[in-house]
Amino acid sequence: MLDQAAPNDSKVSINGHTPLLPLELRGLSYEANGKRVIERVDLTIKESGITVIMGPNGAGKSVLLRLMHGLITPTAGEVRWGGKRLDRELARRQAMVFQKPVLLRRSAAANIWHALGLRGIARGDRAIRVGDALRLAGLESRAATPARVLSGGEQQRLCLARALSLEPDILLLDEPTASLDPASTLAIEELLLDAQRDGIKIVVVTHDVGQARRLACDIVFLHQGRIIEHQSAKSFFDQPDSDVAQAFLAGGLVL
Amino acid sequence: MADFLQAFHTAVRLIVTFDPRLVEIVLLSLKVSLLAVAIASTIGFAVGGALAVYRFPGRGAVAALLSALMGLPPVVAGLFVYLLLSNAGPLGVLQLLYTPTAMIIAQVVLVVPIIAALTRQACENLLEEYDEQLRSLGASSSAIVATLLWDGRYRLITVVLAGFGRAIAEVGAVMIVGGNIDHVTRTMTTAIALETSKGEIALALALGIVLLLTAFAVNAAFMGVLRFATRLAYA
Amino acid sequence: MTLNLDRRTVVHIALAALLGTLAPRIAQAEDQFIVVQSTTSTQNSGLFEHILPIFTKKTGIDVRVVAVGTGQALKNAENGDGDVVLVHSKPDEEKFVAEGWGVKRQDVMYNDFVIVGPAADPAKIAGLKDPVLGFKKIAETQAAFASRGDDSGTNKAEIKLWEDAGIDPKPASGKWYLETGSGMGATLNTAVGKQAYALTDRGTWLSFANKDGFKVLVEGDPKLFNQYGVILVNPAKHPNVKAKEGQAFIDWLTGSEGQAAIASYKIDGQQLFFPNAGPQS
Repeated sequence: MLDQAAPNDSKVSINGHTPLLPLELRGLSYEANGKRVIERVDLTIKESGITVIMGPNGAGKSVLLRLMHGLITPTAGEVRWGGKRLDRELARRQAMVFQKPVLLRRSAAANIWHALGLRGIARGDRAIRVGDALRLAGLESRAATPARVLSGGEQQRLCLARALSLEPDILLLDEPTASLDPASTLAIEELLLDAQRDGIKIVVVTHDVGQARRLACDIVFLHQGRIIEHQSAKSFFDQPDSDVAQAFLAGGLVL
Repeated sequence: MADFLQAFHTAVRLIVTFDPRLVEIVLLSLKVSLLAVAIASTIGFAVGGALAVYRFPGRGAVAALLSALMGLPPVVAGLFVYLLLSNAGPLGVLQLLYTPTAMIIAQVVLVVPIIAALTRQACENLLEEYDEQLRSLGASSSAIVATLLWDGRYRLITVVLAGFGRAIAEVGAVMIVGGNIDHVTRTMTTAIALETSKGEIALALALGIVLLLTAFAVNAAFMGVLRFATRLAYA
Repeated sequence: MTLNLDRRTVVHIALAALLGTLAPRIAQAEDQFIVVQSTTSTQNSGLFEHILPIFTKKTGIDVRVVAVGTGQALKNAENGDGDVVLVHSKPDEEKFVAEGWGVKRQDVMYNDFVIVGPAADPAKIAGLKDPVLGFKKIAETQAAFASRGDDSGTNKAEIKLWEDAGIDPKPASGKWYLETGSGMGATLNTAVGKQAYALTDRGTWLSFANKDGFKVLVEGDPKLFNQYGVILVNPAKHPNVKAKEGQAFIDWLTGSEGQAAIASYKIDGQQLFFPNAGPQS
């Protein structure tokens, strides 16, 4: 059983920039193919611990995460981090890990090198960060291996290491361990808890209740594009407010 | 049948004895087409990659136009370049007509659409996988193009070889802008056309065999370089 | 990670090397040369390979021949894409000069046309003296005839013969009258392939390697003589024309040396071209 470390509330931005919390979603809507995927969502996240977004499949969790990251534009409403609207400067302080690891046809090390290059990190610093990231992910021995040849778990660890090498203030993850074996899942979760201890704000989408229990400080429960609940993990798991969440936690199929 | 056998015999003889006239036209063909493909690739990769990544009005029309230009008849490309380079044309002052440079220009015109259209296709396929991640990492559009081009390098080698195949085999463009001048602008294909028009069928066929062997050798060399570079990249 | 740097520099070096091989070629272009617009039949006869080296050796001027159809040769010259024109279509040549594109037209040489055909000779024209009569018999028997159909000097001579015979073969185009729209060699290939008669210049025929049993059936009549003319492209219209070198070539060609060189060109012991440049003016 993993212990949750106490979240580091004293600082939310490590480099002395303007703080990026609270995350505020106001009247956020997103429509695709004539269907309302996200329905007038209002949400404020002040806590600096790991926020888990949960809900049945098709609830719109991945879309919500992408709206927070600025990968897609809402059809209505807005996203604000620390009172500021999403812009390039803000985006540079975020990093995201996707459900399926996305790696280039290069070595593991070169993938991290490339990402650092995109951020404009000086060459000298890059070498250090690449080494640190590989060490963190336990992949130093695989540095020169073509990234796409690594196992699924190794690839996802590499993706997470790459994200962390960018020294983000915010880390977003979309079902990061959905297709991984338990050992790899454990490794990823440990990395996330370490990152949280370092003061990185983490938002994770998952449909794995066990993982939510292990990681979450607070839970956002999504159903059919609407936020049904947002409360601390402890109180949520003890007694969810809504029937939908209750049924979900009990393992039933929620339509 | 006799022509086939004689052609094969002649081809072997020409190659084995390093016939100087043969060597001259083979070297010229290679120089023109390889240079043309090198230049066309530089332009084509950039255009194809940009077309796949950048969004702008009329994008679909440009893509359709490029695909259509893949079927541009070589002789039409030749006429177009001739009109540009002719002394009666806008670039006549460059005095490039009837030189290998004119032939290279004509082949670049011919090959760029092929490389650009196929590069666009390759990059669009890659973009399906990489788009979100690259944008998440904060890559600018030009950085995305560069990333896709390098990541798709194996497929792009094939694209380049397709462009080279088109260049080395065409006769219409180089005939018009080069003039098939002996020792100056006579390539394998224009020589084949000439010998055919003289009724020298066996010799024309022999030259055709040499042309095929040359193209094969270039393909093999490319793939060999690729394999060597791959091993280097992961050393 | 120095590989990143190397890759880019390697590409730069490779491109520079490739482009560098182009430079000597451009430098070579500064050597003395002229461009002569002439016809495919003249080139296919092999005459140029015989006489041009003599001129180059004497003057150091390289002669680059662009061999196309007569119409294209004259059009190219109109565009200024040549220094000298050497074709065999007197009316067109005179028009060329009259319109100011050329300086002066001079006779150079003549060769002759012959009617060739399959050994079977369905129209029975072998040995006839009069080509016009031969054409009449071909039309009567509707024997296959391959025409160049490309407005070349040869084509125009052929059309004149049909006119003299009072026959218009065009309605039969695609039936027994086949218009290839091609050069002499390609047309002969078609003629042989279709076992059709054709009008060709003797030079192309002698050096044509795909005869397949075809023979010369009608020859010798003055109506079959083919006069060549040489013209300097007018430098007043196109300043880039190398008037001095071009004129040097014309003077040589119409002078005793050039005329002798023309006469000395033989295939299988047969002389193909007969020099007839008049007195130099």
